[in-house]
Amino acid sequence: MQEWLYSEVVKEHFTDPKNVLMENEDQWPCDGRGIVGNIRCGDQMLILLRVKDDVISDVRWKTYGCASAIASTSILSEAIKGMHIEEAYKLKPQDIVAKLGGLPSNKVHCSVLGDKALRAAINDYLEKQGRASLEGKEEVTVICSCLNITDKDLEEAYKAGDRSWADLQARTKIGTVCGGCKEEAMEKMHEFDHLYGED
Amino acid sequence: MHKRIYLDYNATTPLSEEVKHFYISELEKFGNASSLHEDGRLESKKIEKARVEFAELVNCSANEIIFTSGGSESNNTVFQTMISLSKKMQRNTIVISAIEHPCVIESAKELEREGFRLIEVAVNPDGRINMDEYQKALSENPLLVSIMAANNEIGTVQDIQVLADLAHQSGALFHSDAVQAVGKISVDLKAWNVDYATFSSHKIYGPKGIGALYVKEGRNIEPLIRGGHQEKGFRAGTYNAPAIAAFGLAASLAKKELSSYKSHTWKLREALREGFLEKIPNIHVNGHESEVLPNTLNVSFPGAEGEAILLHLDLLGISVSTGSACASGSLDPSHVLMATGLGPELAHGSIRFSFGKYSTMEEVDYILEKFPPVIDRLRKMSSIPM
Repeated sequence: MQEWLYSEVVKEHFTDPKNVLMENEDQWPCDGRGIVGNIRCGDQMLILLRVKDDVISDVRWKTYGCASAIASTSILSEAIKGMHIEEAYKLKPQDIVAKLGGLPSNKVHCSVLGDKALRAAINDYLEKQGRASLEGKEEVTVICSCLNITDKDLEEAYKAGDRSWADLQARTKIGTVCGGCKEEAMEKMHEFDHLYGED
Repeated sequence: MHKRIYLDYNATTPLSEEVKHFYISELEKFGNASSLHEDGRLESKKIEKARVEFAELVNCSANEIIFTSGGSESNNTVFQTMISLSKKMQRNTIVISAIEHPCVIESAKELEREGFRLIEVAVNPDGRINMDEYQKALSENPLLVSIMAANNEIGTVQDIQVLADLAHQSGALFHSDAVQAVGKISVDLKAWNVDYATFSSHKIYGPKGIGALYVKEGRNIEPLIRGGHQEKGFRAGTYNAPAIAAFGLAASLAKKELSSYKSHTWKLREALREGFLEKIPNIHVNGHESEVLPNTLNVSFPGAEGEAILLHLDLLGISVSTGSACASGSLDPSHVLMATGLGPELAHGSIRFSFGKYSTMEEVDYILEKFPPVIDRLRKMSSIPM
């Protein structure tokens, strides 16, 4: 093959994914489980964690999705082994994209869901232990959960001049799947008005 | 490494060997077909020969054929014509099907923005026009009805003769995008009795960048490109004589080869379909069972996503296409598959195999050996329980 659609790293993790669970979920008992994604959009990810003294000792995952979705979950699973859960909780989509050697921008929002599945799995682990979740400790807050669009993305869009819902949709595709995030997104925009508004 | 297997003939075809040699030799000639001197006259003669060759393939008069740059231009020309025609006819409703090619949908939507009323007729699960909805749409006295003869994704073939007849009874003009039909099934414009039809050269082993628009004798057409007397003023621009001549040769070959093409591709298509049904559990064959292009097989593999399937096949040296959103850069899966009522999972997991005259049974065998493990693996790693 002379040319490949994505980076060589994506190709490696797509053709030879690491830590993927080929068996049924019940074949791999775990301490924390997280699943995110939207079948309508074509991507879904499941992450299973084994945790020892708040350090991730092992991980398995399953993904329904395109090549970059498979590769991004694979590379995330490699990165978090041996990581403290508080550190893992702060991983951002951009960190995964960087490890993959870059992805086309239209792929980032829908195929890099691994960080969200990971946070869900960590909170599940904490909940099972009767401890408080780390919610709010993440670096970013996901606003549009269908397309994994965060408050950081909205902040950038605001700074680029977007003000209306139509502006935001044109730039980020936010809310174009279920549309349930409109109110929250516009509240965020109002917040940015307060932070950065001219008048 | 295995030679690449190309199963995406509905996207485009290679040049026929004969067409390739002829086209290359024609590129040596450069006369402007509109010039009066011999260099020009020779080129002009070739264009008229090609016009006859193409007209014979689709059974119409040569003077009813306008050469264009391809299917998109032909479709756009028909829709643009409706702007001036609507005033004359005092009608402003346009009817299309829900599974048209994007260039028809977008042209129709542009008319909608211009104030036209647009009605999209639904299709049945097999991709055939829903006749109740069609009759209802016709009762709105449309100016133009545009229904594709065969669908590019699922291959479903419409009964154009019946649809055109009903449209005419309501006083409407009828256009058919026949880009995917020509060369694959019989296209008989006299029998179809349509007013306009669209064709493209690169789907019938001719060069890219050339196509045709059929305008029935006596019907109005407005040029999309103005400023020249070419094509009786209906399509300005210096003639691409080598491409037109090669298109003519491709058309005459398509006519000669049609019946062998049909049996050859159908045999391969059916072998692949039966092989899949035997070797891969839980699959869904899309489109109509018998009213389908002989070369087209569209299958959904639930639990596996189309782009991932496509790229695994690509690494195995096999070229196909998918209705998955991930492959198109948009967020929605194929509008065609969704219109047939498939759920998003089936649409995202769809693969189109389109055979051509150079496809072989060895290629089918190779796919049936290599492909089932790909689906099995993707399904095992999928988070969606089967």
